Amino acid sequence: MYLSAEDFQAISLTLQLASVTTVLLLLLATPVAWWLAHTRSVWRAPVASLVALPLVLPPTVLGFYLLVALGPNGPIGQLTQWAGWGTLAFSFWGLVLGSVVYSLPFAVQPLVNAFEAMGPRPMEVAATLRASQWDAFFTVAVPLAKPGFVMAAMLSFAHTVGEFGVVLMIGGNIPDTTRVVSTQIYGHVEAMEYSQAHGLAGVMLVFSFVVLLGLSWFNHRSDQHKKVGA
Amino acid sequence: MNIHLQLDIARADFDVSVNVQLPAHGITVIYGPSGCGKTTLLRCVAGLEPKARGVVQLGHEVWQDDSQHVRLPTHQRALGYVFQEASLFDHLDVAGNLTYGHQRAERNNRNAMSQAVVQQTIELLGIGHLLKRRSHELSGGERQRVAIARALVTQPRLLLLDEPLAALDHARKQEVLPWLEKLRDDLNIPMLYVTHAVDEVARLADTLVVMNQGRVQANGPVAEVLTQTDLPVVVGEDAGALLTGIVLNIDTQWHLAQVGFAGGALWVRDSGLSVGQTVRLRVLARDVSVTLQQATHTSIQNHVPCVVDAITPESHPSQMLLRLRCGDSVLLARVTARGVHELGLQVGMPAWAQVKSVALVK
Repeated sequence: MYLSAEDFQAISLTLQLASVTTVLLLLLATPVAWWLAHTRSVWRAPVASLVALPLVLPPTVLGFYLLVALGPNGPIGQLTQWAGWGTLAFSFWGLVLGSVVYSLPFAVQPLVNAFEAMGPRPMEVAATLRASQWDAFFTVAVPLAKPGFVMAAMLSFAHTVGEFGVVLMIGGNIPDTTRVVSTQIYGHVEAMEYSQAHGLAGVMLVFSFVVLLGLSWFNHRSDQHKKVGA
Repeated sequence: MNIHLQLDIARADFDVSVNVQLPAHGITVIYGPSGCGKTTLLRCVAGLEPKARGVVQLGHEVWQDDSQHVRLPTHQRALGYVFQEASLFDHLDVAGNLTYGHQRAERNNRNAMSQAVVQQTIELLGIGHLLKRRSHELSGGERQRVAIARALVTQPRLLLLDEPLAALDHARKQEVLPWLEKLRDDLNIPMLYVTHAVDEVARLADTLVVMNQGRVQANGPVAEVLTQTDLPVVVGEDAGALLTGIVLNIDTQWHLAQVGFAGGALWVRDSGLSVGQTVRLRVLARDVSVTLQQATHTSIQNHVPCVVDAITPESHPSQMLLRLRCGDSVLLARVTARGVHELGLQVGMPAWAQVKSVALVK
């Protein structure tokens, strides 16, 4: 079992994609999750459902709509062309956009849970200790929701690494640009290169197991801490 | 200087509507049954209820006046708030919790508050040995003391306490109460203290506000309010008067201490009192009976001359509640209606109050 230069390229691209996606997701998911955890608006349920949509939608459907939207005549495509960036379909940033949409629920849900578990009290206490809303958010809410942030980051990263359908639809399978580990494995299998497929598949298997193991250890630890604190 | 609160807020069950002037010194206890709106009132004062409308004014300092479109957000009101559960920040140790508010208060005021304030507060509440601990490493009583200290180091102009002892068991309560008395006696910060426990009223209150169903039913010096016989809070098993007095004599042979108050003197159990000490006495209505002449052949030690001030029927037809004026003080006596009839008691008649038992609340 050995990994070719293309395989390493695919691994490197996958890690880049997952890292960028995770960072963007945390930035996007935090305000969304905060709003979902605190609002009493009638829009809460529709927005929550929209965010959760990638959980149930076949990745090909999501990929198809994204492809249309990113294309020269799609709304996003027109916007990016107007901005002078060309179209994002079949590019790295197109993949990033697709991954952000695809993994959104995995970032939002742990954060919503963390913010809800915290309750309104810590923010109220901070206000009575002279902290403004923003100050309290960064110095109280974020540290208290740390387990939620860790969980959101790990899940987003792992889920992005594991995506296939969306990548195939909007990325094609262009070496060094949009060929990630999952599509590379697919390519190997199509080409009957089973030993190379084994190598990459093994890497994915070990990676996924380690992530899940890490998550369960982390959960266990923060649960223990909570029990003592209660 | 006064604290003026005029607040209205709609709730699901009833509206809270309050308009009171409170003294800006000592402890004002807001007392009432669970769910009467007293916590809501406290939250309105702190600006934690966005829907509350009205006026919150501390002397000349206006925190809220919706008619003038003035409404300071909570973090700009110079208050300290102690919640029912200590609500310490889990991600910080005790020292971190204390510094959190202190730093921000300093920044907002743009004047350097000395570190001495923090040190004094730590000493005042006896938490010096806890500074490196986390919330989950503290007992309930310790946690609440840290929460009080955390509120105090912001140097508030008003301290709000929302049933700070309710989540504690009896022993922990007895552990925290002396610290609260110390705050009242050592610091010059007015406090609004919400509770539904009569023993906390007796022990801590200077001013008493009685609330029910979102309305203020009575408001005044605690000894006066506690002896208003037309108040539901007064009627009931816990009905009784509160007297403030000074220890006059100690009878070392019989382990008794004589406490003089405005209108008489009472012998109480000597639990290590010293002459000249100020104490609070709670005399329950069920421990007081009335005679027309000073009784002689009786084991009861305490006889106080008084004048019948009011006679109120109680919920059970056999019982009457008497208000007895002794000089400048008031006692309550629960007696049978037949007793009142047989003695021919009427408002304005002189009589003797026989006090069977007196509780020292401090």
